[in-house]
Amino acid sequence: MPAGTLYRGREGMWSWVAHRVTGVLIFFFLFVHVLDTALVRVSPESYDDVVSTYKTPIVALLEYGLVAAILFHALNGLRVIAVDFWSKGPRYQKQMLWTVVGIWVVLMVGALYPVLGHAVRELFGS
Amino acid sequence: MSADTTPAKTPGVGPVEGVAVYDVDHPAPFIEAPRKRTSKTPRSTRGNFEMAAWLFMRLSGVVLVVLVLGHLLIQLVLDGGVSKIGFAFVAGRWASPFWQGWDLLMLWLAMLHGANGLRTVINDYAERPNTRLWLKGLLYTATVFTILLGTLVIFTFDPNIR
Repeated sequence: MPAGTLYRGREGMWSWVAHRVTGVLIFFFLFVHVLDTALVRVSPESYDDVVSTYKTPIVALLEYGLVAAILFHALNGLRVIAVDFWSKGPRYQKQMLWTVVGIWVVLMVGALYPVLGHAVRELFGS
Repeated sequence: MSADTTPAKTPGVGPVEGVAVYDVDHPAPFIEAPRKRTSKTPRSTRGNFEMAAWLFMRLSGVVLVVLVLGHLLIQLVLDGGVSKIGFAFVAGRWASPFWQGWDLLMLWLAMLHGANGLRTVINDYAERPNTRLWLKGLLYTATVFTILLGTLVIFTFDPNIR
């Protein structure tokens, strides 16, 4: 890492970095997603054709990563709002971050089967 | 106080008000308050755009948590997950004005939320004025195009296109 790019480290800075990185990733996916959905105005075949790539095992893994980014950005965004608007928010920002991480882990485990199940069945047969 | 102890007519003239910033009675230079409103200050300087943008991020963020997580639940989890998605599934959902409105609101809020986020990122990291100008121009062009395209698709969707 180049010198002078570390601000204060620890929970406060790294959650800010993660929020920024996930936000940019989600925004770039959003462009692609609006474009692929726009194919319903071209023909049902071209839409179904592109959506079929979303059902392949490799893209399923990318979808799991997208879900991970969105869930973190959503939960940490609520934490940022609490820090800004709740009088005790700044004092509890660390505890709130670890709460966010805890809920995120639970939801990611919960999303494992629904998002990746079909890919596993396709790869290893059912 | 005699005239010969005063070196000039108005020593150390203040840049804003045009009056002496110090004299015999005020030996230390007087420092103007920062951003002091004077007769030369325009009535409105910059407005509250950045504050409005800051507030928009929080308000749209709360709404997007509901809209996007609901969207993920419907598209990726319920009823067979991603396997069920196809033209017929889209046609079924957009037959209802409720889901049309859901997707339209999600499109607009997510695009504006993301565009403002990326505007902040450009402001933080692009240092040369020309780079900032071109990156923001590209960002705003792509944002307007995508919002208009998505809106057009939702409003002109035709289930009997074939």
